[in-house]
Amino acid sequence: MSFSWKNIKRRTNLLIGSALVMFVAGMAVFAPLLAPYHPTEDANILYSEEPPCEQFWFGTDIQGRDILSRVIYGSRISLSVGLFTQFMNSVIGIFMGLMAGYFGKWIDDLIMSITNILLSIPTLVFALAVMALMGPGLINVFIALGVTNWSYTCRLTRSQVLSAKRLNYVMAARALGYGKFRIMFNQILPNIMGPILVISTLGVAGAILLEAALSFLGLGVQPPTPSWGGMLAGAREKLFTAPWISIYPGMAIFLTVLGLNLFGDGLRDLLDPHITQQK
Amino acid sequence: MFAFIIRRILQFIPTVIGISFIMFVLLNVLPGSAALMTGGKEILSPEIVKKLEKKWGLDKPFHVRYLNYMVGLAKGDLGTSFIRGDKVRDIIGNRLWPTLKLAVAALAIACFIGIPLGFYSAVKQGTWVDTVTMVGAVSGVSMPQFWSALLLMYLFSVVLRWLPTFGYGNGDLKNLILPAVTLGIGYMALLARTTRAAVVEVLSQDYIRTAHAKGLSVLFINGKHVFRNTMVLILTTIGMQFGSLMGETVVVETVFSWPGIGSLMVDSIFLRDTPVTQGCIMLIIFVFMSVNLSVDILYSVVDPRIRYD
Repeated sequence: MSFSWKNIKRRTNLLIGSALVMFVAGMAVFAPLLAPYHPTEDANILYSEEPPCEQFWFGTDIQGRDILSRVIYGSRISLSVGLFTQFMNSVIGIFMGLMAGYFGKWIDDLIMSITNILLSIPTLVFALAVMALMGPGLINVFIALGVTNWSYTCRLTRSQVLSAKRLNYVMAARALGYGKFRIMFNQILPNIMGPILVISTLGVAGAILLEAALSFLGLGVQPPTPSWGGMLAGAREKLFTAPWISIYPGMAIFLTVLGLNLFGDGLRDLLDPHITQQK
Repeated sequence: MFAFIIRRILQFIPTVIGISFIMFVLLNVLPGSAALMTGGKEILSPEIVKKLEKKWGLDKPFHVRYLNYMVGLAKGDLGTSFIRGDKVRDIIGNRLWPTLKLAVAALAIACFIGIPLGFYSAVKQGTWVDTVTMVGAVSGVSMPQFWSALLLMYLFSVVLRWLPTFGYGNGDLKNLILPAVTLGIGYMALLARTTRAAVVEVLSQDYIRTAHAKGLSVLFINGKHVFRNTMVLILTTIGMQFGSLMGETVVVETVFSWPGIGSLMVDSIFLRDTPVTQGCIMLIIFVFMSVNLSVDILYSVVDPRIRYD
């Protein structure tokens, strides 16, 4: 079985990826215990733009808030946006993909033309248009990213359903007289979950990057809520005097996304017997 | 071939209509729609709101407005800016060149570095060059552009003082370098990964073994057999991912104060200048779709096995 410990151990990317993701998840869960200061309330203008020192490991920002504490709390925003929006996209994408692949005919045509149109709109541009309509804010970020990015999952699910439909277990289920939806959700879906899981992991990474970009542009999560992207918004003007403001929040985004990408890559290698045989 | 191009261009039309419909509904019709909020947070008197609505044709029913917009679009007219009163076409026209320059430069950086790197690391599988390239590639994919922008600015403008921090200058090359590299990094990393995967796949094919058995030189096999066979996958990636490149210009242009379509779009969102926002979105999508169309046509040149009947 490909999930044996021996196989997992050989995948360095999977190991490093899970370590990074678990680290960030731990940061999000235990934020109040780990952060030395409050992320929003402990602002002291006397300590504005302090360079990294013993008291403030990552330095302080313009308002004199501890950057380390804000980075720790920021993981909550990034992870919740990433997980929640990807969950929404997966639910929509899987449902649409199952319908298109299983029923075929006009349902397939309709769903495929919708995904065709959605795939022609760059995700960030689409999300910006939704934010332009609804205005900035965390809830709106959830909505904007949760409904705009399901086409890839839908297409993947559809193609998996198309090949699964011809397999014996589906025919057996049909011969037993199972209903269509029971076959779709109870028989086919569990069997095609592997690739969907991989693409969803990478989707979480993508959503975190998108949220960071929206907040950086000022259209996402609004200050004083600590969001990694938002913390970098005014950083360019301070590059000459306080470069540390630019460094740490970006590093947090980078390491989180890197962890998820490595984890997704490793998972794909693990699930794809073709590659496993080659190595 | 000619018939195929015509058919492909005709397929363009329903997609453009679909996209314009989605965007029009999003920006103009839904409650809280951007158009009705012009004037920012100031409270306008009802008479002024009515006058403005009449001036911009917002008092007409939805289908009339949409039809007017589509007729205009067909004629290349994108409407009039709420804030400046100028034609959207002219405003966007001034911003088009910087964006194209930036996108093409980023694309060139990505292709000329990413593809050879991916190719080389596939041929040298398992060596340190391969490992370094692939670690670099997965890192490049994971970097948020605005962060790499800030890091590059810090290194090359603040510490080394070689290049200007931001701005367009007079369109000088030295102003273009940092934004283009920032925009190109992610795309380059992605191309390196795709190229490597494609080359590894082709290298295990029977015809490559045959070519080796025939005694052809490794250089010839890699240059001719392998490269040509990986081109389709590489081209597909270039086309599919060009959309996210166009999307990312929004972030890169904003952080570098680059006077292009992307920064214009962000400004117009803040100003609630819906016609301009809409025009920018349509233009970005149009460029993306045109690139995909060209890629489709290029397929047949690269791979003669692909036929269009």
